[in-house]
Amino acid sequence: MTGSSVFNWLPAFLTDLSAGGVSVLADDNVRLAPARLLEVPAVDWGRLAQIAAQSGLRWAGVWADEHNGNRRIAACLAHNGDYLVVRATSLTVNPSSHAPWYPAAQRLERHARDLWGIDWTDHPDPRRWTRHQAWSEKDAPLAADFPVAGRHVGETPPDREYPFLQAQGGGAHEIPVGPIHAGIIEPGHFRFQAAGETILRLEERLGYAHKGIEKIAVGRDPDRLLRLAGRVSGDCTVGHAWAACMAMERAGGIAPPPRATGLRAVLAERERIANHLGDVAGICNDVGFSFAFYQFMRLREQWLRGNANLFGHRLLMDCLSPGGVRVDLAATAIAELHNHHRVLRDELRELLPLLSENGSLQDRLQGTGVLAKETAARLGCLGYVGRASGVDYDVRRDHRYAPYDEFPVKTALAERGDVAARLQVRLDEIGATLDFLDRLLSRLPDGELQSSWQTPTSGAEGVGMVEAWRGEILCYVRFDETGHIARFFPRDPSWFNWPALEQLIRDNIVPEFPVCNKSVNASFSGHDL
Amino acid sequence: MYKILDKIRRIGVISEPVTPPAEPALQDIGERIKEIAAKQFGGSIAIREVDAGSCNGCELEIHALNNPYYAVERFGVHFVASPRHADLLLVTGPVSRHMEAALRRTYDATPDPKLVIAVGDCGACGGEFGVSYASLGAVSNVIPVDATIRGCPPSPLALLQGILAALGRS
Repeated sequence: MTGSSVFNWLPAFLTDLSAGGVSVLADDNVRLAPARLLEVPAVDWGRLAQIAAQSGLRWAGVWADEHNGNRRIAACLAHNGDYLVVRATSLTVNPSSHAPWYPAAQRLERHARDLWGIDWTDHPDPRRWTRHQAWSEKDAPLAADFPVAGRHVGETPPDREYPFLQAQGGGAHEIPVGPIHAGIIEPGHFRFQAAGETILRLEERLGYAHKGIEKIAVGRDPDRLLRLAGRVSGDCTVGHAWAACMAMERAGGIAPPPRATGLRAVLAERERIANHLGDVAGICNDVGFSFAFYQFMRLREQWLRGNANLFGHRLLMDCLSPGGVRVDLAATAIAELHNHHRVLRDELRELLPLLSENGSLQDRLQGTGVLAKETAARLGCLGYVGRASGVDYDVRRDHRYAPYDEFPVKTALAERGDVAARLQVRLDEIGATLDFLDRLLSRLPDGELQSSWQTPTSGAEGVGMVEAWRGEILCYVRFDETGHIARFFPRDPSWFNWPALEQLIRDNIVPEFPVCNKSVNASFSGHDL
Repeated sequence: MYKILDKIRRIGVISEPVTPPAEPALQDIGERIKEIAAKQFGGSIAIREVDAGSCNGCELEIHALNNPYYAVERFGVHFVASPRHADLLLVTGPVSRHMEAALRRTYDATPDPKLVIAVGDCGACGGEFGVSYASLGAVSNVIPVDATIRGCPPSPLALLQGILAALGRS
């Protein structure tokens, strides 16, 4: 449960804040532990981001909240595997946007504006983001006085007037795609500006899958919150459930038993492998290499059947519980898992050379959709998208949590930032994950599966961070006076990987979009909430 | 190239009858769908899948229908890119309000006679999300629905059973 937080950089940062005129009203290392909490006045909000950016801190999210009738905002900054939550509790003035210093903040701040009415000053983009036409600009759907059912009557009109950026000049044309796509894909809109086949610019318009997750979380008990968290993004059910558990358990001062955290890691890593197998299949399919598509879909199906046999659910939904897990592994099942791993390793040993030695496949993947390291770092890219561009961050290694503190996992890294690199990082991660699983299962701790739940004190709050298969998930939870959820904010890594797609697609041709998109595979649902 | 062909040969055709305990065999369901496809749909059934706001869990399992284990194209079932080409809409939910107009338009763009199947607990009844300021819940709250396939998400076999049941009733 304890992270490897050291915060040896914090004194220098606090000195910089002080020198920069930012008042720190409170500095709390207990309330959100292992994260550190700083309270600052709203008037210093923007200045703080400027100093944080100059100090090289990574921006990891912003969310608003309402406590005792007061609107407040919190942002998460990360550095060297430590997490710092900064909060402005009294919004006496409109806070300055963090986006001028951190491009990653742009969309999350628009989300907070659309759902809470937070009116950022100096925000570079005044347009709505998560809001389409289901509520009005004046509404704040997440505010306590806004009814869960909303105020809308009749059919919801399409968001026809959204002001997309336009390309000017002869030869430029526009290609609108979605929200319903040609394939079996989540809903979202892509607006291409192209000259001939070459993409000048891609603009994403998301929010179509917005289903009010943050609103309907309020008032749930921990079990029901977990069901919801497991459906934030269906392909990442274990990741989001684990992050939500961690946040709730930290709020309640509960430590899940070692066997439970071990089993959570087994589930999370099986989820990673299942998704990577599907993505490898999808990437190959998008460039017409159907052999690999069928081979990797075959391996994925076998893997999912293993999930169903051993854990009762193909996608591993609802396997976690607040304080523990709902599943266990008998000794025979562990032997079976070792066997799964051996079979998959043998298959990959045979298949991987067929991918790497296939010139026509590599020709399509190498040099396609390049995301430069500086761009990835500036956008705060996470998971395999960041790591394929040399952004070397992995929560499992850099902010260790059980069982990764005892069972380190090797982080895959590449530098080229193209589709081939994002494919390679996935393949390397499958290998490293198999090694990790074998080591963990050989020494899976015995004992209880469940720590007894105790109702957190009124207002207790916690943050959870896990390295889900797409990358870091950050989850914030606050309890009310009856032990129910007062605030739930799950920040999927897709928030920071979607903007990367807009960048890496530039100067590629329109037909390369599917493979570039698949290589990023950001979640619509996890982003839209 | 030799290695690729060799791998294909050694793996062979794995689209064999799969018989989970106490469930009718995939082959049986598939063959019955194929018969209906031959009699009523000129040999093939065209499905347009619409994600109207789901968590993407249902989509993963619908995708699996095209993997070599289920390989539904052998039964005459295929997924099409446009509602104009579709006999059947497979709609997952809950229907977000932001997808309401797009779903209605997709329904209108699908030629008659058409079938609509609401997939998953969310599509069938709103599931974990229900009705809210952002969600309309069940697909039937937005467009006429002929059949539902429950599950969170339904397995590929359950999807095929549900499609067969809906076709049999039509």
